[in-house]
Amino acid sequence: MNTDAHRIRVLKPLVHLASLAPLAWLFWLGAQGQFGPNPAEFINRYSGDWAIRFLLIALAVTPLRGLTGWAGAMRFRRMLGLYAFFYALLHVASYVALDQYFAWGAIWQDILKRNYITVGMLALVILTALAVTSPKAMVKKLGGRNWTRLHKLVYVAAIAAPVHFFMMRKGFQIEPLIYGGIAGALLAYRAAARLRVHFRVRAAASAASEEAGAKAA
Amino acid sequence: MIIRHRPLHPIRSSEITPKSVFDNRRAILRAMGFGGMAMAMAPLLGAGLGNPAQAAWRPETGKALSGTVNPKYTAKALGVEPTAYDLVTTYNNFYELGTGKGDPHENAGFLKPTPWSIKVEGAVEKPGTYDIDDLIKAEDIEDRVYRFRCVEAWSMVIPWLGVPLSKVISRLKPTSKAKYVYFETLFDPNQMPGQNRQVLEWPYKEGLRMDEAMNPLSLLAVGLHGEVLPNQNGAPLRLVVPWKYGFKSIKSIVLIRFTEKQPPTSWNEANGREYGFYSNVNPNVSHPRWSQAAEKVIGQNNLFGLPIKQPTLMFNGYEEEVADLYAGMNLRTFY
Repeated sequence: MNTDAHRIRVLKPLVHLASLAPLAWLFWLGAQGQFGPNPAEFINRYSGDWAIRFLLIALAVTPLRGLTGWAGAMRFRRMLGLYAFFYALLHVASYVALDQYFAWGAIWQDILKRNYITVGMLALVILTALAVTSPKAMVKKLGGRNWTRLHKLVYVAAIAAPVHFFMMRKGFQIEPLIYGGIAGALLAYRAAARLRVHFRVRAAASAASEEAGAKAA
Repeated sequence: MIIRHRPLHPIRSSEITPKSVFDNRRAILRAMGFGGMAMAMAPLLGAGLGNPAQAAWRPETGKALSGTVNPKYTAKALGVEPTAYDLVTTYNNFYELGTGKGDPHENAGFLKPTPWSIKVEGAVEKPGTYDIDDLIKAEDIEDRVYRFRCVEAWSMVIPWLGVPLSKVISRLKPTSKAKYVYFETLFDPNQMPGQNRQVLEWPYKEGLRMDEAMNPLSLLAVGLHGEVLPNQNGAPLRLVVPWKYGFKSIKSIVLIRFTEKQPPTSWNEANGREYGFYSNVNPNVSHPRWSQAAEKVIGQNNLFGLPIKQPTLMFNGYEEEVADLYAGMNLRTFY
């Protein structure tokens, strides 16, 4: 227990550093003038890529605990989810500021008319709600049950993000499909775990009733 | 004591080429008449000497190339400066060489534009397989500056070197059955590594209605910015139809077929709702995923170093030349 607390204390700053590395790299590229002829496009793609990646990484925490049995992994879930939100915010901010130059009318039109932006915005709204309710105080305020129910929405975001990416690309491109596949696998793991629990409970129940029956006989 | 450290090979400031001169080196050479001289001598040397004029433009990457300036299509006539060479050649959509904007420049080396032949078939009197310099005569090469508008809502201004498509078509003598011209890009995953992935159904296909192809604006380009077409821009031979979205201007052409029926085109096959056969630049008809009313001008930046946005013009500013082609057509239906 003590060593686990120590391990987490050492790992936390390292995970923060690793999570901020893509941002640092973006600043470095910018300082070097490496954004290319269309900086808005570059920053937008870059931040979008990392938003999806962190979302998937955050979603991988629970399966990681299940597979390794290391409960300490859960202590990283919230921060990784918040980094996903951070990069998603950067992604949308770059669209609003660098791509649309704050033309709110055009942005609103985009959200309503362009399906891929509608889907992307859905993911952002979900991540925002989850980020706002992420402090411990909010868990208390909402009550554990409601909070858990609300945070199940992350599964919707996990599907919406790769779908948004796929819809945005022209032609049949492999990258969004890879992200979609990973998201699917992470959700399938949860579904399988739930089924396993379900069957185990049933098996236990029937075993118990058999036992009860045997006793009665 | 003052010790002056001198670099081993001092460069005097007078020796440094001013950036404006360096950036315009090709244009300056052209103005000095290097290209023009070759052009002027070509007819004199042509007879009996195996026509050096044609050899002069063989599609060797990086080689200087020039053409007769067409006064109708100069930067001055457009009132804009051409987009810098480095931007035109590093920011490309050419999925055969990769889907990232910088990929075509990076993977350009795979493509081998010499030797190059083009198959001509279909409703035409002179079918056959032509060497590129049989199809494109050096003396026909013109220097034309055109606006270029990508369907992704960005634009450039490109000084092309090319031959009017109508000239090439007339020489091939299409029959009365020819209502459309169909083009295909090279299919060879060794030269075009992007073709290892089915982003689109390869080879890339494009087509024009015959009257569009015969319009004086339609160009078969073999160069840009005073040199042979770089591979990433569709070497050695590409179409340029400046009133249509960029993807209509098919690159690295190996097949020209004259057909009676409207031919299939790649983006239309991939997503017919988003990309029509005509794909004329039209600010009033949105792409389903974004507005086409404005465009980012690559290379013209605002205070923050971001490309400025300008309104997109009907037919990309070539309304006068091409509007007649579509008289009576509903451009919302035939997008």
